Amino acid sequence: MLNSIKNTLGSLMLVEMLKGMALTGRYFFAKKITIQYPEERTPQSNRFRGLHALRRYPNGEERCIACKLCEAVCPAMAITIESDQRDDGTRRTTRYDIDLTKCIFCGFCEESCPVDSIVETRIFDYHGEQRGDLIYTKQMLLEVGDKYEAQIAEDRAQDKVYR
Amino acid sequence: MQFFAELFGSYWADVQLVVWTLIKIVAIVLPLMIGVAYLTLAERKVIGYMQVRIGPNRVGYWGLLQPLADGLKLLFKEIILPTASNKALFFIGPVLAIAPAFAAWAVIPFDATLVLANVDAGLLYILAMTSVAVYGVIIAGWASNSKYAFLGALRSAAQIVSYEIAMGFTLVGVLMCANSLNLGNIVMGQEGGFWHWYFLPLFPLFVVYFISAVAETNRAPFDVAEGESEIVAGFHVEYSGMAFAVFFLAEYANMMLVSMLAALMFLGGWLSPVPFLPDSILWLLAKVAFLLFLFLWFRATFPRYRYDQIMRLGWKVFIPITLVWIVVVGAMMQTQWAYLFH
Repeated sequence: MLNSIKNTLGSLMLVEMLKGMALTGRYFFAKKITIQYPEERTPQSNRFRGLHALRRYPNGEERCIACKLCEAVCPAMAITIESDQRDDGTRRTTRYDIDLTKCIFCGFCEESCPVDSIVETRIFDYHGEQRGDLIYTKQMLLEVGDKYEAQIAEDRAQDKVYR
Repeated sequence: MQFFAELFGSYWADVQLVVWTLIKIVAIVLPLMIGVAYLTLAERKVIGYMQVRIGPNRVGYWGLLQPLADGLKLLFKEIILPTASNKALFFIGPVLAIAPAFAAWAVIPFDATLVLANVDAGLLYILAMTSVAVYGVIIAGWASNSKYAFLGALRSAAQIVSYEIAMGFTLVGVLMCANSLNLGNIVMGQEGGFWHWYFLPLFPLFVVYFISAVAETNRAPFDVAEGESEIVAGFHVEYSGMAFAVFFLAEYANMMLVSMLAALMFLGGWLSPVPFLPDSILWLLAKVAFLLFLFLWFRATFPRYRYDQIMRLGWKVFIPITLVWIVVVGAMMQTQWAYLFH
């Protein structure tokens, strides 16, 4: 009886409503957590898995030896590799395509690579304007690698103890 | 000027009156439209802030050009006419929704002298106009020939009818205090500073009025007529482009109208709360802005009511409360405490 009177009075006085409004009212003045994307960016891990790159050794020789482990492990079957013998007798890829529209960015290719050739960089905001633009060829992947080698090497060095 | 006077001959005085009135109407509707546009921005900003976001800020400084960009976008979009719809009614719907929302402003006094039509039954006129607004919603829902639009229209009709009764009763309380249906006189009856405003002796009626106003304008938490999660967008689900924008404008113009009414009838209109500051239209605008902020605050706080709960609140809570309080006010007016209500 006493409880029901208390409840009725409470709902007539809009107690719960005012409590809710007090909460949203407090948040009205709270510090905003929005990150203004192109100008500000969230911190990234050195294990971030973004756009792929093919790396080279310091002497300019490409690392990839066409073992095709990445092609085999790729769960999305996004990697296509063709290989041939080069003039100096080493085995090299003649074709190394990654279809980024298929890729699920799992990072298995990087894990499977015995020579740290295929890696995933921190780049996540790339785009294609036409159908087929996101099928990256060997040449494009090598260019990405050349451009961001410093960052790639640094991230790999930082993570080395855990690998 | 001479030329026109000769042209119209004996009708010159009438022509002058019509033109002068048209200018006044534009002077009311234009700021109203701008106010509506920026109310949409304010809504997105306020709700954003309450959700720890910052809201639109890319179009112009602090997003100030956002309403303009939205308006232009809607203007250029195609108005899709559903094949199965009733063509004539489909276009009459939005017109019927927005016309009363603007027409009601004719009798709103912005100042002791600043009013387009100082009619004696101003309050009655406004009640009539806000009631007509529901036809726009019903016709839009019917003409769309879509089950969602129809459900939304049905809900809206039932809801507006229910809450109009409670709203009307709260106004009866105000009328008893002011002894007038003229909005200017109602405001002048509250002269003498903060303690003479009607919302103090009529506090329960003020609360009921404002909650009914939220329900009348189909705003959250009473927005079952739109009910995005259940019936997509309710009565305006088939509307696109400018036809949709007209419904949007009508909703916000109605919000401003009911806030304006609350400010005039319960919060002393343009009267200053303290004796040493002059009365001014700025007080009225500040009061309306505060009430509009409450609308946005409600939307950021409360989840949508269930439909049967809305009906219960309207019929079994608000109508009894207002009836009882009207009797209390009437009885008190016969006692020595009558001065409290004047």
